[in-house]
Amino acid sequence: MFGYPAVVLSIIANAILSFGLWVHHMYATGLPRLGNSFFAASSMSIAIPAGIIIFCWIATMASGRVQLRLPMLWIVSFFVLFVIGGLSGVMLASVPLDLQLTDTYAVPGHIHYVLLGGAVAPLLGALVFWFPKVTGRMLDTRPGVLQWALFLVGSFVTFGAMFVLGASGMTRRVYTYPHAMPWDTLNLVASIGAWTIGASFVVLLFNLARAYVRPVAAPVNPWGAAGLEWATPSPPPVYNFEVLPQVASRTPLWEVAQPPSVRGLRVDQREVLVTTVAEAQPDMRDPVPDPSIWPLIAAIVTSVILIASIFTPQAIAWGALPFAAVMVAWLYPRRIMAPTPDQVGPQAARS
Amino acid sequence: MMPGQHIDVTVLPTYRFGHRSPLWWGTVAFVVIEGLGFIFVIAAYLYLHTQNPRWPINPPPDLLWGSLLTVLLIVSEAPNVWTKRAAQSQDLRRTRIGVLVMAAIGVVAIGLRVLEFTTLNVRWDTNAYGSILWVLIGLHTAHLITDVVETLVFAVMLFAGPLDARRFTEVEENQAYWDFVVIAWIPVYITMYWLPRWFAGG
Repeated sequence: MFGYPAVVLSIIANAILSFGLWVHHMYATGLPRLGNSFFAASSMSIAIPAGIIIFCWIATMASGRVQLRLPMLWIVSFFVLFVIGGLSGVMLASVPLDLQLTDTYAVPGHIHYVLLGGAVAPLLGALVFWFPKVTGRMLDTRPGVLQWALFLVGSFVTFGAMFVLGASGMTRRVYTYPHAMPWDTLNLVASIGAWTIGASFVVLLFNLARAYVRPVAAPVNPWGAAGLEWATPSPPPVYNFEVLPQVASRTPLWEVAQPPSVRGLRVDQREVLVTTVAEAQPDMRDPVPDPSIWPLIAAIVTSVILIASIFTPQAIAWGALPFAAVMVAWLYPRRIMAPTPDQVGPQAARS
Repeated sequence: MMPGQHIDVTVLPTYRFGHRSPLWWGTVAFVVIEGLGFIFVIAAYLYLHTQNPRWPINPPPDLLWGSLLTVLLIVSEAPNVWTKRAAQSQDLRRTRIGVLVMAAIGVVAIGLRVLEFTTLNVRWDTNAYGSILWVLIGLHTAHLITDVVETLVFAVMLFAGPLDARRFTEVEENQAYWDFVVIAWIPVYITMYWLPRWFAGG
């Protein structure tokens, strides 16, 4: 990943800026001037971290060895659709333009580039990417490429037409309009595009059914991916790894095909390996409590208290007593999981 | 870390102190969340102050019991720190003494809090001032009771067992929670007792 820290910081910046831009949906409702300016500024400034992320994506592809296989097709089309959706959105952050385009078809055009481009395309990419790992079966490439092509073409045709319709004045949230308006052809085009997207999902269902009926076994790492999940068999066993793998980078499988292991965790007691915060050096074996009935009892007691509190607020006060008792019973330690005090205390040091 | 070499973690301990313990991170996150809760309630109190021409609407709480409790809480930091250090040095005898002392202090603190409730000079359902005052002291009382119950459980645990060195980490974090109960009380005390006296009227 090119510029990994920049991407992480940009995502955090996106999250923070997102708290201060939602009013850009309400320019046309009549806002104070200051409100308009503030939310226009924050809506536009989100283009900076978003732009950093997008340029880092492009630089990652440019500096890497891109394998243009099915998952990558989805990801590249995600970039393209999402950038169009994003640029058409930043335009709307400008109050004068937004007042022109509010409630026209251009806004649904924009949001569908964002939604289908930003959420559905990567979702489908993730589906074809991890399907072999999840099921142990490969999806067929040819129907996969056909599905991708139908989806991409359908998206451009449908939502592109909506941009043009909105710019020529068609309002959104209408199911019909006078015949005299010059919108017939483009609406027909948009409908054909929408049916094309629908057809792409029929092809996907066909492909999934085919993998079910005529399975093709998936290798451990069909894409040559770097993530740790690709070191497990396909599908992974419930315990994931026989031995805990050791990770020294963000792309462990590109460093070594079979990562070296971590040994020495107990097998008669579940333990979680705790590492140091910054260096991630193994630091502690934290025993995990045994399975227990008390969480269930705590849930039941909480439910009873909450239901009773509908009828009387007294239920909260009196219910706190059995709840506290349940919590103590749940958290009270049951067995020895560390050296005893006489082995570690000052007495031990003296003897 | 050296890639290519197997790591053996058999020698690693099953407990740690301070920021090397997951329990410490849990305590920090808890304090952040609950500390924000206190900040929000104090902000609500101050907001209501700005919205009412007469504040406090009723006479402010009497000083005696709340101030005695404040003194007790501040003084209790000495045995609290002592107990925390005993736990960190994994000294069972001193840890037992410290937890018993802190449990006794906690019970006395709850007693003072009960008396404090009798001199608030307003009911929770009288007006907005009464409501926010009870929320403020109620939030702190919830933490006070929680930590005292926790300390009593540890007092039992340190004698009844099962005793292993993980108890020392747990006591360390229990005393860190008491730090929070004390530190959170100071701004609440000033807000409840002194702001209405310093800025009486409107």
